[in-house]
Amino acid sequence: MKRSYNKTPMPEQAPEIRWNNFEEVALGYDLESGILEASRCLQCKDAPCILKCPVMIGIPGFIKAIKEENIQKAYEIISRYSNLPAICGRVCPQEKQCEMVCRLGQSKKFEPVAIGKLERLVADWALEQPVEKVERTFHKGKVAIVGSGPSGLTAAGDLAKLGYKVVIFEALHTAGGVLTYGIPEFRLPKRIVAKEIERIEALGVTIETNVVVGKTITIEEIQRDFDACYIAVGAGAPHFMGIPGSALNGVYSSSEYLTRINLMHGYQFPTYDTPVQKAAKVAVIGGGNVAMDAARSAKRMGASQVTVIYRRSVEELPARVEEYHHSVEEGIEYSWLTNPVAYLDDGTGKLAGVQCVKMELGEPDASGRRRPVTIPGSEFVIEADVAIEAIGQGSNKVLLATFPELAVNKWGYIDADEETCATNVPGIFAGGDIVTGAATVILAMGAGKLAAKEIDQYVTAKEA
Amino acid sequence: MTEKRKLAEKEYEIWVEAPRVAEKAKPGQFVILRTTAFGERIPLTIVKTDPLSGRVCLIFQVIGKSTAELAALNPNDRLQDFVGPLGMPSEIKNYGTVLLVGGGVGIAALFPIVKGLKEAGNRVITVLGAKTRELVILKEECRAFSDQLIVMTDDGSDGNQGLVTAAMEDVFLRETVDVAWAIGPSVMMKFAAKMAQNYDVPIYVSLNPIMIDGTGMCGGCRVTVADSVKFACVDGPEFLGTEVNWEEFIQRMKQYSREETDSYEAYIRQVNPFGEKKLQQNTDAGTGAGNPVE
Repeated sequence: MKRSYNKTPMPEQAPEIRWNNFEEVALGYDLESGILEASRCLQCKDAPCILKCPVMIGIPGFIKAIKEENIQKAYEIISRYSNLPAICGRVCPQEKQCEMVCRLGQSKKFEPVAIGKLERLVADWALEQPVEKVERTFHKGKVAIVGSGPSGLTAAGDLAKLGYKVVIFEALHTAGGVLTYGIPEFRLPKRIVAKEIERIEALGVTIETNVVVGKTITIEEIQRDFDACYIAVGAGAPHFMGIPGSALNGVYSSSEYLTRINLMHGYQFPTYDTPVQKAAKVAVIGGGNVAMDAARSAKRMGASQVTVIYRRSVEELPARVEEYHHSVEEGIEYSWLTNPVAYLDDGTGKLAGVQCVKMELGEPDASGRRRPVTIPGSEFVIEADVAIEAIGQGSNKVLLATFPELAVNKWGYIDADEETCATNVPGIFAGGDIVTGAATVILAMGAGKLAAKEIDQYVTAKEA
Repeated sequence: MTEKRKLAEKEYEIWVEAPRVAEKAKPGQFVILRTTAFGERIPLTIVKTDPLSGRVCLIFQVIGKSTAELAALNPNDRLQDFVGPLGMPSEIKNYGTVLLVGGGVGIAALFPIVKGLKEAGNRVITVLGAKTRELVILKEECRAFSDQLIVMTDDGSDGNQGLVTAAMEDVFLRETVDVAWAIGPSVMMKFAAKMAQNYDVPIYVSLNPIMIDGTGMCGGCRVTVADSVKFACVDGPEFLGTEVNWEEFIQRMKQYSREETDSYEAYIRQVNPFGEKKLQQNTDAGTGAGNPVE
């Protein structure tokens, strides 16, 4: 059979339907499409895709198993490396990782193998299978994990498999971290997150919600009761532009907007009690995946006009291409090379619009991207009754403030060794966004895997 | 929940079994709870703790659907979630003479500070204010830890008729006060801060902005203090009252007033827990760290 040039298409909800609901956009491959797509894989011996994957999934192996219609085997291969495959299959930036280096995609006319979509197929199949509760003995020791996001869950899964009793402490009432409060339902359904977490718990991991480490229990108590600790609390303190009018009603951080919608089910108000402002015109500031999530959520909340304000151009947009395309299909508008300078008051303390200036791109800055420069006299107003700032996060100080011995870097993130996740305090490891600053789910998972390995070595050496 | 007591019309005291919180809580800190899986995260100041029985005491006023649902629970009912202690504790030490001002249900949040400051050796002067006699809660508890207790009511049914700021001024004119606290409705705190400023007395207030996670993650509770942005949940809830941008704070409290009213009215129509004919809504009851969106 001749390989098709293009990826096997995945069915999606039509834009004009999906922008009215929070249901998942991409509907997933069926087995037939999966086998078709799997047969496009060249089965490279040196498999560059594996090296480009932060958790080094045996990609050609699982794809071969799909081609052979052995989904069970494909799942076994994936789950050797990833504890959260249904999540990775949906939210990993595959186009910048495995799929970017795919040999097939390197050859003329061919698109890379849809590795992410195949991973999702296998993972979704697995989620439908009954969870086998394995009786384990936890002979190697006890490990505490702070934070139940992708990094903490990954470390927990690996440590449980290695024979550790793992307790995860989560500050919110639902586990999952950014997977639960940040990424919207239409991109990552919460039932998928819940099922993946159930699988981690089935490995013998305990998750205690409503525990704020540093407040409800202290790091000293953890040091006393556990052999090691992995801090994976995420970045989690929203940045604000700090421009005039930021306190007006209708100005949100993306964290608040998305938390209201995702964690608190604001889109189901009044069935759920936490409201979120419904607006006719919404401005979203920023150009990352979080900005896309906020903009597309605002559309689903009924906004007739949603404008993303980004100070660079489409070429520099940090969001995933797929998310950008989805947003355009859904009618999200973009104001490129634009920077907000003030929020305008409607006279009653509510937002009326965003005062902006136009930008042009100057010389490259430290990040290698051309630096946006204000064009004098270019002020204009984008009308909006809600504005959402999605400009990134800084480090959350709740835990760090109560643990002054822990070394932090000049940006306020934990100063942990990238190779080992070790901090300056013996037995305390850290990884994910609280070390790197806001990054991706898969990188946080990579850190979690590393931490699990290093914690195992540390505890084993200590016992010896 | 192990106990529930009605203190006054729409004001309730509850005790909740939460050993970790009871062990760690300090004056000025708060908890966040949910009554049901559909409910809001409700921040409430911790009034008392009993570490021996592992219990925490909270006092709240029914001002919307969420607090009405909380009031409808009974002993032995379970809360959906309970997390804390959150926020920075009050700075309890021996200042000399301290003036503590509580208004309405804010008295509940003031009480642990009264107690803490008395135990730290201060001369404690406490002013309690409320609309009417039955709303002056925790009077005897506060009296037990105060060198002087002054009660002010709007209708003169208890203590003196008038505002707490008048009582504050009397104290400032009479003696030197080293530091003051005021906890109650926003407008009361704003004017108490102005009064203290007139007499150069530093004054702490406890802010109760709209809040979700309570751990500094969402930024919804941001307030402008001394021209910089602070998050009440982690930097506060206490701030120097003279540094708070009150106009902005009071404005931000109104963000969801329409949704809150709709929600509460629908709830009352459905449940009618108080047998009321007419709704009375108070959007700013000043519960210390307070009620989020009612």
